[in-house]
Amino acid sequence: MKQYDIVVIGGGPAGLAAAISAKKAGVSDIMILERDATLGGILNQCIHNGFGLHTFKEELTGPEYAARFIEQAKEMEIPYKLGAMVLSVSPEKVITYMNKEEGLVQISAKAIILAMGCRERPRGALNIPGFRPAGIYSAGTAQRLMNIEGYSVGKEVVILGSGDIGLIMARRMTLEGANVKVVAELMPYSGGLKRNIVQCLNDFNIPLKLSHTVVGIDGEKRITGVTIAEVDANRQPIPGTEVHYDCDTLLLSCGLIPENELTREIGVEMNRVTSGPNVDDKLQTGVEGVFACGNVLHVHDLVDHVSAEAALAGENAAAYVLSGTTSEKTHKITLKAENGVRYTVPQTIDVENMRDSVTVRFRVADIYHDRSIAVYYGDKKVMSRKKRVLAPGEMEQVQLKKDSFKDYPDITEITIRTEEA
Amino acid sequence: MIDSRYDAVVIGGGVVGCAVARELARYNLSLCLLEKEEDVCSGTSKANSAIVHAGFDAVPGTKKAEFNVKGNQMMDELARDLEFEFKRNGSVVLCFADEDMPKLAELYQRGLKNGVEGLEIVSGDKIREMEPNITDEVVAALVAPTGGIVCPFGLTIALAENAADNGAEFKFNTSVLNIKKVEDGYVIETNNGEIFAKTVINAAGVYSDEIHNMVSETKLHITPRKGDYCLLDKEAGNHVSYTVFQLPGKYGKGILVSPTVHGNLLLGPTAVDVDDKDNTATTAKELADVAKKSAVSVKNIPYRLTITSFSGVRAHEDGDDFVIGEVSDAPCFFDAAGIESPGLSSAPAIGVYLAELVADKLGAEKKADFNPKRKGFVKLAEKSFEERAALIKENPLYGVIVCRCMNVSEGEIVDAINRTLGAKSLDGVKRRVHQGMGRCQAGFCTSKTMEILSRETGIPMEKICKNSEGSEMLSHKM
Repeated sequence: MKQYDIVVIGGGPAGLAAAISAKKAGVSDIMILERDATLGGILNQCIHNGFGLHTFKEELTGPEYAARFIEQAKEMEIPYKLGAMVLSVSPEKVITYMNKEEGLVQISAKAIILAMGCRERPRGALNIPGFRPAGIYSAGTAQRLMNIEGYSVGKEVVILGSGDIGLIMARRMTLEGANVKVVAELMPYSGGLKRNIVQCLNDFNIPLKLSHTVVGIDGEKRITGVTIAEVDANRQPIPGTEVHYDCDTLLLSCGLIPENELTREIGVEMNRVTSGPNVDDKLQTGVEGVFACGNVLHVHDLVDHVSAEAALAGENAAAYVLSGTTSEKTHKITLKAENGVRYTVPQTIDVENMRDSVTVRFRVADIYHDRSIAVYYGDKKVMSRKKRVLAPGEMEQVQLKKDSFKDYPDITEITIRTEEA
Repeated sequence: MIDSRYDAVVIGGGVVGCAVARELARYNLSLCLLEKEEDVCSGTSKANSAIVHAGFDAVPGTKKAEFNVKGNQMMDELARDLEFEFKRNGSVVLCFADEDMPKLAELYQRGLKNGVEGLEIVSGDKIREMEPNITDEVVAALVAPTGGIVCPFGLTIALAENAADNGAEFKFNTSVLNIKKVEDGYVIETNNGEIFAKTVINAAGVYSDEIHNMVSETKLHITPRKGDYCLLDKEAGNHVSYTVFQLPGKYGKGILVSPTVHGNLLLGPTAVDVDDKDNTATTAKELADVAKKSAVSVKNIPYRLTITSFSGVRAHEDGDDFVIGEVSDAPCFFDAAGIESPGLSSAPAIGVYLAELVADKLGAEKKADFNPKRKGFVKLAEKSFEERAALIKENPLYGVIVCRCMNVSEGEIVDAINRTLGAKSLDGVKRRVHQGMGRCQAGFCTSKTMEILSRETGIPMEKICKNSEGSEMLSHKM
């Protein structure tokens, strides 16, 4: 069985950034396994701009952003396999994959970086009642058909869910000549970025109906219409508020789910809020030498943050391979999310072995105005940052410096919470 | 103008029609099956509980009881010959109150009379020992080891393919508009011309009353009875191992909780009489009902793992029994009407029974060269490491995964399209090889599957349909 130092599962933005940084950190024996026919992942179909403002200080399209990483990976001669579907990963880090050329192959790795990304929540998971006709697409599927295959999926469009892909597709389909009638969002706030609501809906006069959902689907063969109703505080439809829209297309943008089927198989501890694995400050999962980054870890808004996170995972995986072991002396602190903070990534920090600083990323549970984000070491508040607006659709982060723990040698818990400012 | 002539014409390509066609194909006769959709298994047969009932539920002496038990007994050999997915996982019926014990005992007695083997009534504690997620309220249960689960698509498609391989003709997208009695048979008017048949077998499901009433003065009346289901991800597939029923009530067998042969967990069905025979729309109320009532039987069902919900319409005839046999005032016209539950279980036996009647009528002899065997679909995901490796070596397309949730390869999809009565639509592919049936519900593989369908069939991308004409997936090329 061939053994690699590092195997990266997934050749999208996370996998590429992780592999590049691992190589820079001194490990050359790397293999990227990508199930699609090209590297770059979902970026290939994201032909709109707005990528790279943090990473490259310029505005790129998805394929352009991906190309920069692909070119770099190729220049650095990082090996990769395309059309390679990983079927299983064992806790002993044996990976089984298959492709057309080699058939079924087993390899092993000293370290594994999980970078499988996420998938869209389908109609079935939403349990929307009604017929099951053609013309109902998750937004990303429609995006692929339009931007990669070159076919339009419909002309009269209703969108359920205001996730970023749905917002982007509202604009994309409008520009392609379709009539996007309404975007309905179950929650009282959008799950997408503010800038996408402005640039993709407001600029095209597409109404966004918050606290609304689809309660009926008409059409036996191809969808002919949907019924939308307002929902109450418990997200239950309010009788009498139903409005019918004729349409030939319903796009769904109702959330993304990290693709962790392989991760679960390894047996690592999972997080119910993120649907990703729990990780420490090195982005290492509960199984030593298995790291995770990007949307498989938790769903991001910006690919720039994916790249940064993945680079860290790559560096840490390389360090793990080169040092051979993890340090014996540890001081593990658990991060606790409360009062409006839904989760944190990472979930633990090893103060003894951490880098100079660690970025903690998290999301809030609701729209909050004029609140601060507070960080407690034990029960002592060490940081408080006032924010005018906090929204679930925008990931937040705080930096924790290694130095800052000097005065707290005994703490076991860090709490991140929102507070009235 | 008669366009074609047959000794026997079967109307309807559901499980019953295909079972009749397959059995008729054993005889020396010209045979054709008419189906109004683009594929077999497009009506009730595609949306049901996928259960092979043991046969304790039907009233002794009814056709339901007779054909259920016979059909159940045929299933093992049939599954071996035709290579579809079938498993005798056993059924249990739960009793929730001491005062209902007589009803449970009655079911047991019915089962005995119907000839069901291995029945046993066990205590609440015993059933919880056998099936740990059964709720604490259960006081006793009837256990039927002969109950099973089957892939309803797999069974129907296998019967159809085997019929076609043995000479049966299939005409799709063909609706019957009217039937006229003529001198030595019937003329069937369809949207695709007139067909002459010496004998006609009516297996038109929820429309079997309308087809029957075209030739007979003894009218049938079918009430479409709709049932909603929820299907949960494979992650929940081991939540129960038996098919778990509740003691039957007025509207059938209550809500069941069952593993499927594909490894999912199935909950349902509700039972609501509807006006429209094509009303397969789920409703919020019924889906909520499925959740509520399934929780009565089984604890901690992980509803958040729901991957899809669907609805099927059962053909409930006013007489409350199957209508099977030659129509009294229409000689050479045979009914298989009002086939509701346990129709899937009964279909193989109905096929044998009707085929014998028809062959007898026609004086047809059995063929010497009938081949009862049919090669099943290659299911890569179920093969061992070595078998998969060998398959990929033989055909590299088996190494290209298209559907990542169910691990379905391009090779399997190509086979589904190019074999006998191959798939012409996305639903056709899905029912054959389960592409798109997983947790992402074809989010990732829709475009790739459409490309393969287009490439293999020559249907342009814009014309690729979800199922029959009118369900086009795309609007136009940009």
